[in-house]
Amino acid sequence: MTDALLRIEGVSKRFGGVIASDNISLEIRPGELHAVIGPNGAGKTTLIGQLMGEIGPDSGKVVFEGNDITVLPTWQRGQLGLARSFQITSLFLNFTALDNVALAVQARSGHSFHFWRDARRLPELRVPARDALARVGLAGREDVVVSNMSHGEHRQIEIAMALAMQPRMLLLDEPMAGMGPEESARLVETLRELKQELTILLIEHDMEAVFALADRISVLVYGRVIASGAPEHIRSNAEVRRAYLGDGKKKAAGGHG
Amino acid sequence: MKTIFTVRNVLVFGLLAFLAVIPAYADVTGNTFIMTLFTRIVILAIAAVSLNLIMSYGGMVSFGHAAYLGIGGYAVGILAFEGINSGFVQWPVAMIACGLFALVTGALSLRTRGVYFIMITLAFAQMIYYVGVSLDRYGADDGLTIYKRSNFGSLINLSNKTTFYYVCLVTLFATMYLVWRLVNSRFGMVIQGARSNDRRMRAIGIPTFRYRLVCFVIAGMMCGLAGILLANQADFVSPATMHWTRSGDLIVMAVLGGMGSVIGPVVGAVALLVLEETLPHIIAVVGHFVTGLEMTAAREYWQLVLGPMLLLVVLYARGGIDGLLRGGRRD
Ligand SMILES: Nc1ncnc2c1ncn2[C@@H]1O[C@H](COP(=O)(O)OP(=O)(O)OP(=O)(O)O)[C@@H](O)[C@H]1O
Ligand SMILES: [Mg+2]
Repeated sequence: MTDALLRIEGVSKRFGGVIASDNISLEIRPGELHAVIGPNGAGKTTLIGQLMGEIGPDSGKVVFEGNDITVLPTWQRGQLGLARSFQITSLFLNFTALDNVALAVQARSGHSFHFWRDARRLPELRVPARDALARVGLAGREDVVVSNMSHGEHRQIEIAMALAMQPRMLLLDEPMAGMGPEESARLVETLRELKQELTILLIEHDMEAVFALADRISVLVYGRVIASGAPEHIRSNAEVRRAYLGDGKKKAAGGHG
Repeated sequence: MKTIFTVRNVLVFGLLAFLAVIPAYADVTGNTFIMTLFTRIVILAIAAVSLNLIMSYGGMVSFGHAAYLGIGGYAVGILAFEGINSGFVQWPVAMIACGLFALVTGALSLRTRGVYFIMITLAFAQMIYYVGVSLDRYGADDGLTIYKRSNFGSLINLSNKTTFYYVCLVTLFATMYLVWRLVNSRFGMVIQGARSNDRRMRAIGIPTFRYRLVCFVIAGMMCGLAGILLANQADFVSPATMHWTRSGDLIVMAVLGGMGSVIGPVVGAVALLVLEETLPHIIAVVGHFVTGLEMTAAREYWQLVLGPMLLLVVLYARGGIDGLLRGGRRD
């Protein structure tokens, strides 16, 4: 019980008449890649928002490494080692790719009340930022202004920024959204490497990727966790198939019995 | 490699060099008016550079920046009135007063964004304007005459026009250098990041509010320095110094000159104030040439000409004059 890295206890959230989180309880164990799947509007992004403190739950608790972080501000969660990526790309568009990632490195290297030295000439920021970009396959693209980069590259920078924070846990919100098949395949490889060293909560619609990567899968429908368990278990769960996997119509689900 | 001898860089350097030789020019030609005008321009350029720090790098569009001109000026004026003439006392007191005003108003207004931020900074500036108007002991809305300029003993004599001009110019250059270091430092990256995407800043673990507040205070104190100089130049300070139209002028300087660089607001200050001085004459002369009539009355309408000119710059040259010279590129 207590060995969970992140524990979500009975988290609920309503937006007017919409129940976005309905008494969600989940445990993410250290080192696992836990996927959360569910149809559009199921409340996946809202869940991440509550884990990062951007949205306050109406009730319930979020516990990270044994500490109750339910009311902690977002930036402190970042300092504690929670790093998210955004479903809708959210970058510093007028900065270069390297500047974007270097800012994330800066965030974890103490306060930023340093007024004099040129931040772009500090190897302690630039070198790790370069490494993070290389890791997601963007070596050579460091000095391109982000607004001039492709959607796929934006998705990769999203991951690089989260990585550059050297987090304890990654919260990835549909990292493959809008990526071509080739880019997706490369990202799957990157994530496969990352799961060796990091705990990951992955929200993804790409079932192929989810079933290839996940140690465990939770299914969210109308804000409620209707099933949670090993991939084989989810694949064969009748309720899940009815509610979400479309009873064999979708490729990944159809592959099994 | 990029050359540094671009048209823009040559012109910028030319402008700075031009500012540096104004006293010599005034001396040779005996034109004292140009000294007075350019001392004012240099001082207001300091204010515009400080506004540019929060406005274009920090995304904090303050419509109350002239408040610091007033607070800086009144601190000098009131201390002088009470018999304290030492600059070593006046200047720090003035800057601390500006810093405190920025700290309090910033702490409240930085919780808002966009139009709300503009309105709330305007409201605070109007508040301090009416405080000035109500200071009966210090001249109320007639203002306060300063009989002796800040005294720095044998160190420097501010009553000498040339000396005073160079004090202002060195202050301007120092301010520009400081802002330039600041915006490229780690602090500056946070400030710019918070303008660009505050949500992401918080997600990567940076509490943006405190950095923006510190930036707001730094800009307020820099502008306070301009207020100190302005009061010393005019030997006078009045509520009009911090009227909202003056805050508007500072925004116009930054936008006109170009918000994408540290030098932009200086270009804007020179352009705006020189236009203000010369447009009435130009209108009269051109009007006379076109219509053949005596057009001195038309001088009054120079603002009608300036307004559309500014509008054109805003609409068609987003980077201001400096942006035009650089062909739309930004640092
Ligand atoms: N700020 C908000 N105000 C009102 N309703 C909201 C808000 N945020 C989300 N919702 C609603 O809550 C529900 C869950 O939204 P959420 O974005 O979490 O779904 P999701 O599972 O991430 O969907 P998708 O797969 O499309 O990304 C939706 O019905 C959505 O309309
Ligand atoms: Mg979503």
